[in-house]
Amino acid sequence: MSWKTLDTTGWGRAHRASGDVARPERASQLKRLLEKSAVPAFGMRRSYGDAALTSDAPSLDMTRLDRVLSFDETSGVVHVEAGLPIGDLGRMFAARGWIPPVMPGTGFATIGGCIANDVHGKNHHVVGSFGQHVTEITLIQGDKTRVITPKNTGIFQATVGGLGQTGVIASAKMQMAPCKGDLMVLTERRIDNLDEFFVAFDDSSADYTVGWIDATAKGANLGRGVLEESEITSGVNPGSGKSKSVPFNAPRWALSAPIVRLFNEMYFRRVPASGRTSVKPITDPFFPLDAIHNWNRLYGKNGFNQFQCVVPLEATNCLRIMLERIAASGLASPLAVLKKMGAGRAGYMSFPMEGYTLAVDFPNRGSAEYLVRELTDLAREAGGRIYFAKDGLAQAKQIAGMYPEQEAWQQEVAKADPERAMETDLVRRLQLRGAPAEADQPSQDQSKMSQGESA
Amino acid sequence: MSKASQNQTWIILGATSSMARAFARDVSARGATVLVCGRDMDDLISTAQDCLARGAKTAEPCAFDARDTSSFAPIIDRATAEDGVINCAVFVGSMPTQNTIDAEPDLINGTVQDNFTGPATFLQMLAPELESRGNGTVVGVGSVAGDRGRIGNYVYGSAKAGFATYLSGLRNRLTRAGGHVVTVKPGFVDTAMTWDVEGMFLVAAPEKVASDIMKAVTKKKNVIYTPFFWRYIMLIICHIPEFIFKKMSI
Repeated sequence: MSWKTLDTTGWGRAHRASGDVARPERASQLKRLLEKSAVPAFGMRRSYGDAALTSDAPSLDMTRLDRVLSFDETSGVVHVEAGLPIGDLGRMFAARGWIPPVMPGTGFATIGGCIANDVHGKNHHVVGSFGQHVTEITLIQGDKTRVITPKNTGIFQATVGGLGQTGVIASAKMQMAPCKGDLMVLTERRIDNLDEFFVAFDDSSADYTVGWIDATAKGANLGRGVLEESEITSGVNPGSGKSKSVPFNAPRWALSAPIVRLFNEMYFRRVPASGRTSVKPITDPFFPLDAIHNWNRLYGKNGFNQFQCVVPLEATNCLRIMLERIAASGLASPLAVLKKMGAGRAGYMSFPMEGYTLAVDFPNRGSAEYLVRELTDLAREAGGRIYFAKDGLAQAKQIAGMYPEQEAWQQEVAKADPERAMETDLVRRLQLRGAPAEADQPSQDQSKMSQGESA
Repeated sequence: MSKASQNQTWIILGATSSMARAFARDVSARGATVLVCGRDMDDLISTAQDCLARGAKTAEPCAFDARDTSSFAPIIDRATAEDGVINCAVFVGSMPTQNTIDAEPDLINGTVQDNFTGPATFLQMLAPELESRGNGTVVGVGSVAGDRGRIGNYVYGSAKAGFATYLSGLRNRLTRAGGHVVTVKPGFVDTAMTWDVEGMFLVAAPEKVASDIMKAVTKKKNVIYTPFFWRYIMLIICHIPEFIFKKMSI
């Protein structure tokens, strides 16, 4: 099995890494590679920041290990290799009456990535997070292969949402959910401001809900947007739509403030004031952006960062302040999403908590960095947290205390990977596993910070 | 159309390669019976399961070694047990670097067996069955490297050239019995074989090659280059006069 030096980026293309990469195509090759030395693994690198990057150290590309290893038509339990994109799983089985219970915003995310980030979908308030439906994980820790289930509480909870730190996820079993067909009924309606959004989320009884927000709107329009509610319906999608691709990097002005304002205005008015309902193939509402390949190029060659946080239900004022800052900055892009989450989470470091999650993309320009850090502080002060699958800018001290079970995770991870061979760029940047023993200064800083938090 | 309604069986030789896997998925999605053949049985079991999940009528792993002709007959027997149309796609091959072969000339035999004589022997054994059924498609995956011997990999290239010539003759034979042969000449494909090879350009995904092959099978094409522009690249390379070409190192 051979290695080559690759330059890789996160989906936002604002963060880069260079290191040796091997891409095993068979389970036996994966095992052999890891027997020699434990190294981190990555999938489609759809994490926006540096969660899937490893600089100056070897890592494994898992995308060729993408097979379905078994499927039980009666129970709906499927066993898949970690490199399988979740959208493939959806397309394969929806017409046969089974669907992954949780699908993130992109179908390109691999099963391994869905586990390592304990992803959520538009139905999080109904079914919880991805990891809650995983029944078994085959984990390779150097020369050891372990099969773990939710009964192995510690290691399972450290692996789900565990950013790949407990070992390489080789394959996993999950319980699929029965579904009537592979079509969705999508209802869209305009929401005039933030308060109306909160009410709309409370009133909604749909399985899948998500709000698009016009992050450029100010004043009385602050927080206006479109609420999308959808349900799976019976019927079979007659054919797959054609996908488009962004062929090159867009110029800088493409996402300048006046153009984004204009686009958002049109996007808001696209939905009639009385709302509308349509029937779509299942992948459309799930993965709206997957229809445009390489859409990340719209942000130009400098890329972009996404900020995503979740704050408790009562922290509505925090969201208002965030949206005010974002609108005032003139940095927002059309991609901004608000959703009410349930409490479901499966791992120590899982992102979800009951509350509202806000996600906004920002082009990678100087002042955006400061805005994102400011938003991160606002989220923490409100008792919320940021999503590691999106983050590329936070500083270690900013995230202290955001994840109350971080210590339990650290202990499990220390047992699973005492040599710290699995550390990725994100884990190092945020010192998630604690400061390295030899670097005394940062470790003191962090202990001060966590004391401050608990006081 | 009548062909599509019949049972289709696909023998896939060299099914552990990424191109073969992608092609196996395509025929599985069309409800074919798939025999995935190769040496790594554990891996083939996984691929067969994957084919089933993707819609194959049945999918089975079969032991196949291009250098062991005794492994051929059981596969042919298994395929002929199926009614309908029998098809075979050959993805077998190996590519030791030219430097390795220069250092150890004995490697030529194995290279020729893997890329040419092994699969040719298999197809020679299968041909009478296709003739008697009066249908079936053979897909032979060669390489653009077989179009002209170059300093970089002329042993591999000559084995592929031999295979391409064999396929041309087999096409001549099977066509008159109602069968068909597609010769596939991929350019650079993003596989394990090429992962750490330097100087690659215009690299195609295995899925792209597989879908090109599927189109060629449906449209009964004779020789395809995939991606298509390799036809023109090779047209130019083949027309460089020998007195110039012999001094080039491309």
